[in-house]
Amino acid sequence: MSTFEALTGDQAVATGMRQINPDVVAAYPITPQTETVEFFAEYVADGLVDTDFVTVESEHSAMSACVGASAAGARVMTATSANGLALMWEVVYIAASLRCPIVMSLVNRALSGPINIHCDHSDVMGMRDSGWIVLFSENGQEAYDNLIQAVRISEHADVLLPVAVCQDGFITSHAVERVEVYEDAVVKDFVGQYHPQWSLLDLEHPKTYGPLDFYDYYYEHKRQQVEAMEHAQQVILEVGQEFNLKFNRNYGLFEPYRLEDAEVAVVVTNSTAGTARVVVDQLRSEGLKVGLLKPRVFRPFPARELAAALGHLKAIAVMDRSISFGAMNNAGPLFLELAAALALHGVCAPMTDYVFGLGGRDIVPREIESVYRDVLRVAETGQVERMVTYLSVRE
Amino acid sequence: MVGTGWKDIPIGGMILEAGNAVKYRTGAWRAFRPLRGEAECIHCFQCWIFCPDSSILVDAENEKMAGFDLEHCKGCGVCASICPVNAKVIKNVGEKLAREDARLCIRMIEEGKAQE
Repeated sequence: MSTFEALTGDQAVATGMRQINPDVVAAYPITPQTETVEFFAEYVADGLVDTDFVTVESEHSAMSACVGASAAGARVMTATSANGLALMWEVVYIAASLRCPIVMSLVNRALSGPINIHCDHSDVMGMRDSGWIVLFSENGQEAYDNLIQAVRISEHADVLLPVAVCQDGFITSHAVERVEVYEDAVVKDFVGQYHPQWSLLDLEHPKTYGPLDFYDYYYEHKRQQVEAMEHAQQVILEVGQEFNLKFNRNYGLFEPYRLEDAEVAVVVTNSTAGTARVVVDQLRSEGLKVGLLKPRVFRPFPARELAAALGHLKAIAVMDRSISFGAMNNAGPLFLELAAALALHGVCAPMTDYVFGLGGRDIVPREIESVYRDVLRVAETGQVERMVTYLSVRE
Repeated sequence: MVGTGWKDIPIGGMILEAGNAVKYRTGAWRAFRPLRGEAECIHCFQCWIFCPDSSILVDAENEKMAGFDLEHCKGCGVCASICPVNAKVIKNVGEKLAREDARLCIRMIEEGKAQE
């Protein structure tokens, strides 16, 4: 039997890690680390897991230890946030390039500077070209569920890529919510045993990881990463399907809400999607045909599927919790990629972008409602007055 | 570019065949070449122990140092510097000079006239 517990998002992730019982967790133990690692350290001390827990001196070392352990054939997990991820940078790329199926809990927080510890998505958006699979989670429940699925996705023979499971810093990572925790044995059964194909510790078959790889083969190895990313979408769907059946959930590439008969929609990830759902219901009660799309899988980006889901709309607003400085109109990365995807798949509904919530600035229903009212006006007139709005910034 | 396609090579740049570095000929990088005055060699195998590229050839049957694998030797000179004082028969000679007249170089080493 599963139980319902009052857990923070961090605790939910730590609970998932306890149930998964990875062989190795390497993580930097102090800020910008999240409580996840603190809770997990208790599980290690209490003997609830067999994990070799490596408390390293920096995030660069954390990811390096993860790569080494993964190459050795271990099931490996880590957790970080914001500048911690930034310090991992070099090795984040190496983990994906060496095809190490590492699972990382990533609590999305603003990058410095000026110094800030609160929520936005500038950390994860920086790693979008690194070769990692990126999953977004609206709340602790989804972070927990995604973490369990991430193990299966990353270790799948057709994928072998690391996965980052994101949730919003403080807003969900530190907020206590009701989380359905599945039975330990059922989770263990779902993730199964990891059978690494190329373990460094398999002394009968000596091998080398990460050798020099010049102009003669590097390119081919990058092409292989593309192939793995292409397979990942199908694997994410299959693992999701199995998970949904077993745990009675509904995970796909993204989650539509009252979208089918909508005329306009907002696209927004993580916790803000929960707030937007309330606004949708409120506006629907006024008779306005509004909907919501919450992306779950950001890498690989499901362009075709998003176009199919949004193609019937008269106008679309994207909400971005980060800025791609210097990009087209200084828009946010989600808008930029979605605009390209829709245009190339023949969807020509007018689109606008709303940057919001940087550095943990609150986003309240009234503001999301203003986005819906704007996009309803765009649908009516067909005119985009302003492509990018910096929502609620003080002038 | 000639080579195997991406579908037919191990993923992630992994090398699954132990010891295949021998197929990668790196001798062309060399700016210096080790030469040995064979007559004075005491076959202590210090060079064999220290060579970072396994480029010291050994005649195992007769327990003799047999020369250098110049297809892999990068001319680092470790063998020349480790060659013991009572022998000092390995010298690292400029590649150009060694190519032009290795015999002369070896004779100079044997006569104790060669400079590093």
